[in-house]
Amino acid sequence: MRGVGRMANGQWRMAVSGAATIPHSPFAIRLLTALFALLIAFSPAQAVEPGEILKDPALEARARRLSQELRCVVCQNQSIDDSNAPLAHDLRVIVRERLVAGDSDAEVLAFVEARYGAFVLLRPRLTARTVLLWLTPLLLLGGAAAYLMRVRRRPAGAPPETAPLSPDEQRRLAELVAEPGSDPSRR
Amino acid sequence: MIVEIGHFALVLALAVALVQAVLPAWGAQTRDVRLMQVAEPAAFAQLGLIALAFAALTYAFVTSDFSVQNVWANSHSDKPLIYRISGVWGNHEGSMVLWVLILALFGAAVAFYGTNLPDSLRANVLAVQAGISVAFLAFIVFASNAFTRIPLQPEGRGLNPMLQDPALAFHPPFLYAGYVGLSVAFAFAVAALIEGRTDAAWARWVRPWTLAAWVCLTLGIAMGSWWAYYELGWGGWWFWDPVENASFMPWLAATALLHSALVMEKREALKVWTILLAILAFSLSLIGTFLVRSGVLTSVHAFAVDPRRGIFILAILVILIGGALALYAWRAPRLKQGQLFAPISREGALVLNNVLLTVACATIFIGTLYPLALESLTGEKISVGPPYFNATFGPLMVPLLLALPLGPFLAWKRGDLLGAMQRLMVVAAVALMALLASLALYWRGPWLAPFGIAMGAWVVAGAVAEWAARIKLLAVPAADSLRRARGLPRSAYGTLLAHTGLGISVIGIVATTAWQSETVLALKPGGRGEVAGYTFLFHGVTAGQGPNYTEQIGHLTATRAGAPVAELTPSKRLFDTPRQTTTEAGIHAAWGGDLYVVLGDALPDGAFVVRAYFHPLVRLIWLGTVVMALGGALSLLDRRLRVGAPRRSARRQAVAAPTPAE
Repeated sequence: MRGVGRMANGQWRMAVSGAATIPHSPFAIRLLTALFALLIAFSPAQAVEPGEILKDPALEARARRLSQELRCVVCQNQSIDDSNAPLAHDLRVIVRERLVAGDSDAEVLAFVEARYGAFVLLRPRLTARTVLLWLTPLLLLGGAAAYLMRVRRRPAGAPPETAPLSPDEQRRLAELVAEPGSDPSRR
Repeated sequence: MIVEIGHFALVLALAVALVQAVLPAWGAQTRDVRLMQVAEPAAFAQLGLIALAFAALTYAFVTSDFSVQNVWANSHSDKPLIYRISGVWGNHEGSMVLWVLILALFGAAVAFYGTNLPDSLRANVLAVQAGISVAFLAFIVFASNAFTRIPLQPEGRGLNPMLQDPALAFHPPFLYAGYVGLSVAFAFAVAALIEGRTDAAWARWVRPWTLAAWVCLTLGIAMGSWWAYYELGWGGWWFWDPVENASFMPWLAATALLHSALVMEKREALKVWTILLAILAFSLSLIGTFLVRSGVLTSVHAFAVDPRRGIFILAILVILIGGALALYAWRAPRLKQGQLFAPISREGALVLNNVLLTVACATIFIGTLYPLALESLTGEKISVGPPYFNATFGPLMVPLLLALPLGPFLAWKRGDLLGAMQRLMVVAAVALMALLASLALYWRGPWLAPFGIAMGAWVVAGAVAEWAARIKLLAVPAADSLRRARGLPRSAYGTLLAHTGLGISVIGIVATTAWQSETVLALKPGGRGEVAGYTFLFHGVTAGQGPNYTEQIGHLTATRAGAPVAELTPSKRLFDTPRQTTTEAGIHAAWGGDLYVVLGDALPDGAFVVRAYFHPLVRLIWLGTVVMALGGALSLLDRRLRVGAPRRSARRQAVAAPTPAE
């Protein structure tokens, strides 16, 4: 159900606007779109079924954690923990089967990835293709720190060549900035 | 007929916007006052025309005129009035009309309140605003017509039932007001670059507009999250969905802008950076609009199916953002650099705030767009989901929250870190107590959570400590403090509330993330379950009938230690048109946390799947955001933010302003 509604910004593209844009298209396409919208948009966001739950609470907790790392690949941006699409159900069962068989968490993820591709992992692996994704925050922080250090070491730059304020404007500026009863050097 | 008038008004508005984009800017360049003065009446005319268009569209929705394609595709005569109205912006075309309406509203507000701006600055600002208006009006007129007629249809296709909800009816207008409000800061930045100068007064003009946008954005995001919580069926409130990220990025940028504009206003520092931030904040709003409106998020291929709109918005993006950044690259080096300051100073603290917020924003940007970029470049499909964002965004927020209470205790220019820390001893003690208390309550883990709670307490107590220090609480007689408290400007209370709200939200987020519990059961009538100390008894399911849906209502009684607590009635609704189901959770709200029960599917043996969750302190998340927004609103009421207000009478004699200010 999330697909449609997730409108953190006023959009409800899937079913509604998707259908709205195609009234002139052939019936088959319209039907397909509607079906597609139904498939990915209207899977209510309730996942784990009572029958799936493992007896061992520790294993079940691991299964839940892993489920949040795996994408329901037919849904729109939902983990298999959030989706009740049939495929999500199958994946949840697979995860639990692997856990019962004694796999480690990493082995379970590798098992699912081998079958569904890297797309299934909500936490992309660090590879040559994703190195920028993972390193950007660090690079930016480092860049900002380096820049600030450089600016601090540099002496005050040469006087800039902007249009100076006219005397009249200067006076108005002073008037605007000055406030009666407040010291401008304090807040 | 009325619909055609609306359509015509929109085309006229485009013409007016074109005039407003060209003449005043030309006048500002040639110092021709008459040309510059075109801007104001044009801004008002634009607002009037777009309001007319919007009213016409609303009329078509309210009267269910199914000869209008947009109404037919998105409305239904059975819908309650409020959802017929909210249906106007519950679709692509209509929401773009709302977008330009709000843009025109801000443009007219600048014209109305901006009488104290220098002529050329005002003319340039209004011209830039009109330029944005031209782009989006042209988009509506040429690529996204909301007024298209079709042969009259007997009945409409209905609005997605998920959107037939009070919080969602008002979520888009607030969000758009936030997005579009940032256009004012953008217009001021571009105007400053055109004029080649900025000063403290510039920052003071920009801040209220940014603040207004920020308040709307905060409320809009909170509403969306609140809706997701009670409507989506398991109590999730934030998913790092690209659509959510699209609204969160401008919020982070606007938050950074509010803080850097403060430095610029008080100390004339960070000028060049503040201008850039003003450009970026609105650019992120535009990118958000593009992401959401072009369909590129659904899949890269959806973009290719109907590329006209996507390419149109992309062109707008390139022209507006590219143009502004090019102007920035060309003119910014010539702007006067500001005052210097030591790293340990109030400015330094605000720079840290800006660095962290900006990097957080950039991280979300990368995470949201990386899969799209990778797929279109290499064809490789990856997912970037909540685990990525939690792993990157979370750690960036920790230093931000830790440093937050320190900033206000540092002096401008050169601060004393040790002194500030000493003055925060009491705050640290409060945080430590929160840490120990939550460790004692939840000693089983997760072990990071108590530190999160302590961080929230640190922020709240720090905000209160700043206020206490400013009124010299306990240092001077109480009556003296009271007088000081009354004398504090409203913006000081705004800061107090905004920071307190942030701390409250942090506590809510940490608590509900770390300590929520749930159980999933198959219950037959008479069956029982338990979650977080609550026992609930399932009585069975009855049928119900709403205005445009039928529903199955589950009945449960929740008890705690034998005492009845609440009757819960979670339901599943099946709407008539379009035929879709929604879930309505049964929620028992309490300060300690929400008991949240959802009715699932019927099983073959007559039992129902019942899911029960306990979300501890979850309400603090939204309480905190509302407090934040209140703080922003209070700050907005501060007289000092209204430029020149205290001196108005004096200035009026001097300048002999023809129109009344404010």
